[in-house]
Amino acid sequence: MNGVAVEVEHQRPSLLGSDLRRFWNLALTLAVTDFKLRFYGSVLGYVWTLARPFMFFGVIYFVFTEIVGLDKDVPNYGVYILFALVLFQFFSEATGNCVNALVSRENLLRKMRFPRLVIPLAVVLTALFNLGMTLVAVFAFALAAGVTPTWGWLELPVIVALLTFFATGLGLLLSALFVRYRDVQPIWDVATQILFYASPILYVSTMVPESYQRAYLANPVAALLTEMRHAVVDPGARPVWDAIGGGERLLVPGGIVVVVFVLGLWVFRREAPRIAENL
Amino acid sequence: MSVTVPQEAAERSARLARTAPAVTVEALSKTFLLPHRQYSTLKERALHPFASRTFDTLHAVDDATFAIHQGEFFGIVGRNGSGKSTLLKCLAGIYEADAGHTAVRGRLSPFIELGVGFNPDLTARDNVIINAIMLGLSRRQARERFDEIIAFAELEEFLDLKLKNYSSGMTVRLAFSVAVQVDADVLLVDEVLAVGDAAFQQKCFDQFHRLKGEGKTIVFVTHDMSAVERFCDRALLLERGRIMAIDAPHAIARAYNELNFGRVAPAEAQDRFGDHEAAEIKAAWFEDAAGERTTSHPQGEPLRLCMEVAFHAPVQDPLLLLHLRNEVRHTIFATSTDLHDAATGRFEPGEGATLRVELENWLVPGRYDLTATVARAGSGADVLDLREDLASLMVHGTRQSGAVVEIPHTLELQRS
Repeated sequence: MNGVAVEVEHQRPSLLGSDLRRFWNLALTLAVTDFKLRFYGSVLGYVWTLARPFMFFGVIYFVFTEIVGLDKDVPNYGVYILFALVLFQFFSEATGNCVNALVSRENLLRKMRFPRLVIPLAVVLTALFNLGMTLVAVFAFALAAGVTPTWGWLELPVIVALLTFFATGLGLLLSALFVRYRDVQPIWDVATQILFYASPILYVSTMVPESYQRAYLANPVAALLTEMRHAVVDPGARPVWDAIGGGERLLVPGGIVVVVFVLGLWVFRREAPRIAENL
Repeated sequence: MSVTVPQEAAERSARLARTAPAVTVEALSKTFLLPHRQYSTLKERALHPFASRTFDTLHAVDDATFAIHQGEFFGIVGRNGSGKSTLLKCLAGIYEADAGHTAVRGRLSPFIELGVGFNPDLTARDNVIINAIMLGLSRRQARERFDEIIAFAELEEFLDLKLKNYSSGMTVRLAFSVAVQVDADVLLVDEVLAVGDAAFQQKCFDQFHRLKGEGKTIVFVTHDMSAVERFCDRALLLERGRIMAIDAPHAIARAYNELNFGRVAPAEAQDRFGDHEAAEIKAAWFEDAAGERTTSHPQGEPLRLCMEVAFHAPVQDPLLLLHLRNEVRHTIFATSTDLHDAATGRFEPGEGATLRVELENWLVPGRYDLTATVARAGSGADVLDLREDLASLMVHGTRQSGAVVEIPHTLELQRS
């Protein structure tokens, strides 16, 4: 022994762990591993990441332009649906995979001192990697479809960051609750479906009657997608603060995001010390 | 054949006792609530709002207080369900204790089992890096030590094989090799050495010796008493969540064996021969050297075989015989009064006799049954009373030579 006095540490199951670098290393490692494993054994690999949104997009585009005719007066309607679909897919993947994340990582949680927060965070990171991969192709499509790059495109990272923040808050809440209540899974499946139609994905938010606009845009996902349309696809579309009727009204969706995150963190933190034994 | 603590080991434990404790545990308790019915959906919860309020409490760890010195190899032993793993999980910070306090000086290894987080669909190469990071190395450190890890595991040819194609022994080798690379001052180890071939086990033991030499503290949970005696400086015996003893390894190993084998049921449906009218065997039993009756006896310690006879009719020079059988029904020891040329004399009705045979205990660990016979003078064929397997004894110990008995011997190796 070298006789160096080492600080006495108290050992408790923890949220973050005592070492932030280890925390980050763990989250990144888990996320990268999951990402690698996703296409393990598939020949086409990356192509499948793209196939789902693009094929879904193809069907929707055909139905809503050729049959329903929603594309009237909507410049770059196709590009908009594609962006909206990809962003929503990220959101539903991140939250949906968080639900059973703790339960499926049971062996880690029970056999190792492991900062609990790493697990939902790694799930969100994996979804973020996927989004990044998909966005490359989506931007290529946008350029090919004749959308001109603008400075507004720089707003997209902010939109993605806010969406990630919202998804993380929900993910924390869902994963911690799922350990106790297994019905979180079907409830969230339905909620995701509802959210899909309650957000401007198949249509654009300006089609929503003016009287519903404010209530409609209280949904953080709807607000973010509306802003995405203005920033990325069609600078002529109304920005979200205009659509909602004044910047101060943005406090509603913003507040929901913050409240959900704080609530999620609070519940997760409360459950964290006993997660291992309740699994 | 008594067990002595070598002088060196005694000095070592005295030296360890003077160093600061690496792990201190004070009044640690962990209780699990076991609901009589588990409701895990909202509907069930709503329908039975009060139903789950009744539960059993399980005191997995109950008021445990102990300290482990720096540089000590500390064993935690106990039977299944005695709370060993819960105690280890509380130490590791996986479970939160309900009461009490633990403190660890220095870095604590974060895992209690080997190969945690191994993914069968990834190659050994990926798994090693991932596992090393999980155990607390940085990505760069993991890459730097990669070759060393693989060389230690002797798996160079199988680097790009998916882990699911590994044999369980290979997986454990890989896991152990990563685990010993972790920079921790206190290592927690839960039952690891069960797998792996003999050569690799030896390698593991060598590693433990190295770690011990470097002054690392190792907390080792196991069922294997010979490993406890081989490695541990001290050990702790846990039973139903309570600490029964903290002592030198051989004392703990003995106490553990007594716990396990203390309640040996005598063989059932004993066969009895003879009419037991003239003479009757009242009892047979085992005694230790102090004359205490025992059913569980340490290997190597002197032992007495005893029987008690009562006479109901006059008998001239009866023979008293004892047979000791092992588990596979081989008679490994037998004696009788006539082998010792002892004419037993005349017994009148109402008289009795007790025979005691003291022997040097050459018995190997295992179960033994004692058969007692009383017969008329002669060849012993004219049996008055014969009771098979009247008493049972468990001999416990950790030296397993594989032989039927362990004959005391000296061993000398002369170089030529």
